[in-house]
Amino acid sequence: MLNTERLPLTGRRVQLMATCLCDAFYDDVAKATVQVLEHLGCTVGFPEAQTCCGQPAFNGGDWPASRKVVRHTVKTFAGDEPVIVPSGSCAAMLFHGAPLEFEKESDLPAVESLGKRAWELGDFIVNGLGVKAWPGRFDSTIAFHRSCHTRGTASSAAASTLLGSIAGLKVVEFGEGEQCCGFGGTFSVSFPNISTAMGNLKLEHVRAAKPDILVSGDMSCLMHMGGLAEKEGKPLKNMHLAQMLRDALKNGGLI
Amino acid sequence: MKFQQIDQFAAELRADTRAAVYDGSKKGHEKRTKLLFDEYPDPNRLRVLAGQVKQHVIENLDTYLPAVEAKLKANGVIVHWAATADAANETVLKIMRARGATKMVKAKTMVSEETELAHFLEKHGMEALETDLGEFIVQIDHDHPSHIVKPIIHKNRREIATSFEKNGLGAYNDDPQTITRRARQFLRHKYLEADVGLTGGNFISAESGRLVLVTNEGNSRFCLAATKCHIAMVGIEKIVPRDRDLALLLNLLARSGTAQDLTVYTEFISGPKSATQPDGPEEMHVILVDNGRTEVLASDCRDILRCIRCGACLNVCPVYRQASGHAYRSVYPGPVGAVLSPLLMGDRFKEKADLPKASSLCGACQEVCPVNIPIPDLLLRLRDKGKQEGLSSPGTPPMGAWALLASQPLAWKASLIGGRLMNYLPTKLVPVPALRAWEAKRTLPPWRGGEFRKWLHNRPTKP
Repeated sequence: MLNTERLPLTGRRVQLMATCLCDAFYDDVAKATVQVLEHLGCTVGFPEAQTCCGQPAFNGGDWPASRKVVRHTVKTFAGDEPVIVPSGSCAAMLFHGAPLEFEKESDLPAVESLGKRAWELGDFIVNGLGVKAWPGRFDSTIAFHRSCHTRGTASSAAASTLLGSIAGLKVVEFGEGEQCCGFGGTFSVSFPNISTAMGNLKLEHVRAAKPDILVSGDMSCLMHMGGLAEKEGKPLKNMHLAQMLRDALKNGGLI
Repeated sequence: MKFQQIDQFAAELRADTRAAVYDGSKKGHEKRTKLLFDEYPDPNRLRVLAGQVKQHVIENLDTYLPAVEAKLKANGVIVHWAATADAANETVLKIMRARGATKMVKAKTMVSEETELAHFLEKHGMEALETDLGEFIVQIDHDHPSHIVKPIIHKNRREIATSFEKNGLGAYNDDPQTITRRARQFLRHKYLEADVGLTGGNFISAESGRLVLVTNEGNSRFCLAATKCHIAMVGIEKIVPRDRDLALLLNLLARSGTAQDLTVYTEFISGPKSATQPDGPEEMHVILVDNGRTEVLASDCRDILRCIRCGACLNVCPVYRQASGHAYRSVYPGPVGAVLSPLLMGDRFKEKADLPKASSLCGACQEVCPVNIPIPDLLLRLRDKGKQEGLSSPGTPPMGAWALLASQPLAWKASLIGGRLMNYLPTKLVPVPALRAWEAKRTLPPWRGGEFRKWLHNRPTKP
C-alpha cells in the first residue's frame, strides 16, 4: 500500500479533495482541513466538479462503474499540485485502488499520475511539509483509531507525531488496535451482523481505555463507530484529526 | 432483507463456538506478533523476501516442476502427476492395491482434504486413519476442519470428551492430557498395523529433491516408522528453489502459524530407505497434485499460490473471528480461503463467488502474511470477476446510478442539496435497502450536503 513514488512538492498550492462523506455529512471536517492547510501557508484550491473517489463501486466489485467515477476524478483534479485528502481510505483509493482497477486500461498513466500527487492529510503535513510538532493546545484524553486503509502507509505514524506533540493532549492506547472497526464500505450493509459485531468489539476496547474523544483520520470509521454508539444510547464523542489540529490552533490563539 | 450467506452463518453461530474461534485466533495472532517482533528487527522485510522467493517459483513452475521430478527420481522416489482430485485419489488407491495394502495412517495434509482422500479410500474398502490429534477428532466426529493449522479451533474440550466417550475411547473425561493420552494409546497400535503412511509436503527443494514436513506431534514420523510405503501428496506450488531458502521459509512458517521458533518436528526426507539404513519405508511415492492450480496460475490471482498454509491470516481476520471457518463452506477458510476456494472451483466459481465479499478489506491479512500475498487486491479482483460474470450479490447496493451521479458534477451538487430530504423522512419510508441495513443498528448523521461548499464560497477573506 505504500505510496512511495510521490512527486516532490513545488510551492504551497494544493488541491483539496473533500471526500463525499464530508461533502454530504461532515462539512466541519472539510472546513478544518482548509483551515489547517492555510495555517501552514498553503493556498487551497477546491475543484468544484469533484464528487467521489470511486471507492464504493471499486469495493463493491463493480469496477466499470468505479472506473467511470475515477475518470471523472482524474479530469477534475488535473494539474500538478498535490491533492490533499482528509481520509486515509480515499487517498489509498487514489494511489492504490484506482491503479489496480486500471491495470488493463489505456489511461492507466493518468490514473497513476494522480496517485503520485495524492496525500492523506496527516502524511502531507508531516512527510510532505516536514512539520514534526503541532502548536496550540488541546486539553483532553483521546484514543486514536488507525484506519485500516492507512496500513503500510506513513499516515498513522504521522498522526501520532502530530497528536503526541499537542500541549495538553494525552493519547491512550486501546486493545486490539490493529483490528478493523467493521465499516468496510458496502460490507457494512451486506454483512450487517459481522460488521456491527466488529464495531461493538472496537467500541468495547475504546471505552475500556476511557478517552474523552475518539479520533481518526477517516470519517467513515468514525461514522460507523459513532453511529453504533449512538444507536445504543451511549454516544461516544468523536473528532477527525483535522478538527483536532484546527481546534488546537484555535485554543492556542493561533487562528 | 437478504444478506450474505456468511453473515447469516455468523449470526446463527453458537456463542460458545464463536468464543472458541475468537479466543483461539486472537491468542494465535498475538503470540505470533510478539515472537516475530521480539526476535527480528524488521520481520516485514523477511515477509517480503519470502514472498519474492515463492513468487519466483510460481512464475517459473514450468522449469521447476521437471527439475523437481528429476531430483526426486534420482533420489529413488516414484513420481506421479495428478491433474485432478480424482486422479490423485486413484493414484493412491492403485499404489495401495499393488502392494495388497488395506490400512493407511495419515499425517495432516491440506491437499488430501481438498481431494477428500480419506472418504474416497474408505469407500473403496480401505482404512485411512487421521493421526494428527485435531484431524483425528474431526474424523471420529464426522466433522470438517475449520482452520488450516488448528482444525478443531471451533470445538471445546467438553465436546471432544463427549465424542471420545461415544467412540469407545474411555469414559467421559475432559482433561486435555487425558484426551491426548487416550488418542496416543489408540493410535500407537494403528501405526504398527498400517501398511502405508501418507503425508503431505510443506516444501520440496528443487535443488536436492528433499521433501520437508513440519509437525508438532511427531505423528508423521510414526506414520513413516513402521510402514513400508510412504506416499506424499503435494501441491505443485510447494517448491522452493534451494535448500537454503528453507531457512527463511521454515522460520516464517513456524512463527506465523503457531508462534514457535521452529515446529517440534522438521523432517527432511531424501527418498526411501537406503541399503545402509536399518528401517523406514522401502518405497516412496510423491504425487504432484494440480487440482485447479494451473488455472489459478493462469489467472490474475496467481499470487495466492505463494501461500504456505500457516493460517496467520485466519487468526488476524475479524470476519473469520466472528464467522468461524465453517462459514466459508470450503477446505480453505478465512482470507486465503476467500481467494483460493472460489478459484479452485474452476467452472463452478459462482458457487463460492460470495466468499471474496466476506471482508471489510481491512488488509490485516496481508500485513501478517509470511509471503506477503496482497490478499485484499485479490479479493477485489474476484469481486470484479463475479460482477463481470453477472453474479448477483445479496445486500450489495447497485452502483450504476451512483456512478452516473458521481460523474456528473451538476447532478451531484443538486443531490447534495436534495439529500436533505433524508433528514425529514423516516428511514422506513426510504426505499433503499442499504440504508435500512445501516440504520437497523447504527444512526446516520444529519445530512449537511452543500454546507461546506457554501462556507468556502461565502467566507469573507482568503489568506
